[in-house]
Amino acid sequence: MSLDDLYKEVILDHYQHPRNRGQLADPDVATRGHNPLCGDEVLLAVKMDGDVIQDIAFGGRGCSISQASASMMTESVKGHEVADASALADGFKELMSGGGSTDGLGGNEDLEALQGVKKFPVRVKCALLPWTALLEIIDRWETSGKNSQN
Amino acid sequence: MAQNRSGADRHNGTGREQLDVAAIRRDFPILARTVHDKPLVYLDNAATSQKPRQVIQALVDYYEQTNANIHRGLHTLAEEATEAYEGARAKAARFIGAVGEGGAAGPDEILFTRNTTESLNLVAYTWAAENVKAGDEIVITTMEHHSNIVPWQWAVERQGAVLKYVEFGPDGTIDLADVDRLVTPRTKLVSMTHMSNVFGTINPVKEVARIAHNRGALMLVDGAQSVPHMPVDVRDLDCDFLAFSSHKMLGPTGVGVLWGRREILNGMRPFLGGGEMIEIVGREETTYNVLPWKYEAGTPNIADVIAFGAAIDYLAALGMDRVREHEVELTTYALDRIGRIPGVTIYGPKDASQRGGVVAFTVDEVHPHDLGQIVDYDGVAIRAGQHCCQVLSTSLGVPATARASFYVYNTPEEVDALVMAVEGARAIFAAEVSSIVAR
Repeated sequence: MSLDDLYKEVILDHYQHPRNRGQLADPDVATRGHNPLCGDEVLLAVKMDGDVIQDIAFGGRGCSISQASASMMTESVKGHEVADASALADGFKELMSGGGSTDGLGGNEDLEALQGVKKFPVRVKCALLPWTALLEIIDRWETSGKNSQN
Repeated sequence: MAQNRSGADRHNGTGREQLDVAAIRRDFPILARTVHDKPLVYLDNAATSQKPRQVIQALVDYYEQTNANIHRGLHTLAEEATEAYEGARAKAARFIGAVGEGGAAGPDEILFTRNTTESLNLVAYTWAAENVKAGDEIVITTMEHHSNIVPWQWAVERQGAVLKYVEFGPDGTIDLADVDRLVTPRTKLVSMTHMSNVFGTINPVKEVARIAHNRGALMLVDGAQSVPHMPVDVRDLDCDFLAFSSHKMLGPTGVGVLWGRREILNGMRPFLGGGEMIEIVGREETTYNVLPWKYEAGTPNIADVIAFGAAIDYLAALGMDRVREHEVELTTYALDRIGRIPGVTIYGPKDASQRGGVVAFTVDEVHPHDLGQIVDYDGVAIRAGQHCCQVLSTSLGVPATARASFYVYNTPEEVDALVMAVEGARAIFAAEVSSIVAR
């Protein structure tokens, strides 16, 4: 176990040059994920087009792992159907939960780079924060937002 | 032989000017260990301190030689255990000046709890329930630890009272004029940290107590950070309650102290009911034991209280004036060295004489959480996050900080090790990962 497992180049790159960071003008669903222990915060908003995540943006402040994970997550689900995004989130949670399989990531190499986080148990919740926010958004979209859009 | 004398023995009655840190370090077995193959540099003392072998040995001795329940058995072990337990109470009383001239105060004003948090809750659940009425006020500050906020939020909710905050300024200090304005005749209690666990600020609790008393309010001092690190005398502070914990002052976890004025403690209802705290138990009614046992229901944490006594002995032998001087010196050095790191911001007072050995800081390119993780790989233990002070964090507008905090065994070389490790963390994050950006 070394620090290199955690601070891989691709992770640092997403942290320093986050994709989809910002705000959406007119989001369909937005939420705030917060880790009270360390103060990490991820603000997440999506714009839907039918069942497709047409646009997604994140904000907030937090450590490199939470923010890089958010950047990778938004890049991975943007333009994809909700069902695929949901499956990817489940796959990522499975990766972090100790099962350790990257099978559920559909060959997404950036996300696979985050598997090193698993060796640092206190940081797993940092990596999961944006994904938990995504699942909450999907849940809210499925239960209410979906019908109001039409 | 001198080589084998403990750090505490070396100071006891010697009149030495400064702590013999090398001798002290030999008393702490854990300081010999490595972390990630580096010597441990333990700078998380505001969270909990390490324990000298004298304290560890007191636990072993108790369980190997003395173990018995206290205050009830007639046998030798029970007598010895009781004597040791009550002896620790007397030590705690002397340590904070609660042994007054002519017996005006004493060990019966020392209540053993689990920790500072429980001590604060005890006051919130007993004293506040009977003395805070609808429309009354409790005054605290925005730099309090959650344990000095949440019990009062609940108390004012139960009593229909109001919780008021003294705001800290940009340098992490409070203005006595604000205290003077906020504490009114409706105020029943002012509860304030003596030393902030984030800013290190030493609050003017003596002056605040005077203001509180002038308005008819009581003064509670949260001494969790101050009692371990500087001389604290309850007669000098003229406060009404003082709460602190064993584990932050070289003692075991699981022991806290609530000191209170005898007449106030006598007038309060007990906190927990059960064995020990009673005098006569009838079918419907119970009369209570006298102080301090009135507040110590059930078998207490005997072993850890006794070992806490050993910790107090250790600190008393070092001399709290010398402990404070050592930390002022080390903090002055740390403020300078950490302050020179590019992109660093240090929070709290800039003058070490105004603060304790707690240095919270942020580094521009590196999130505190990452910083804590990376310096750990250099063997350096610091805290990162909100330090149980979300109200402070929100007021300051800084969601998380890194925090180094010092104690009797820390050295300038360890501050250097921290600075080197922080520089290492900056190097990781400062490097542009251009190969990937370009793709």
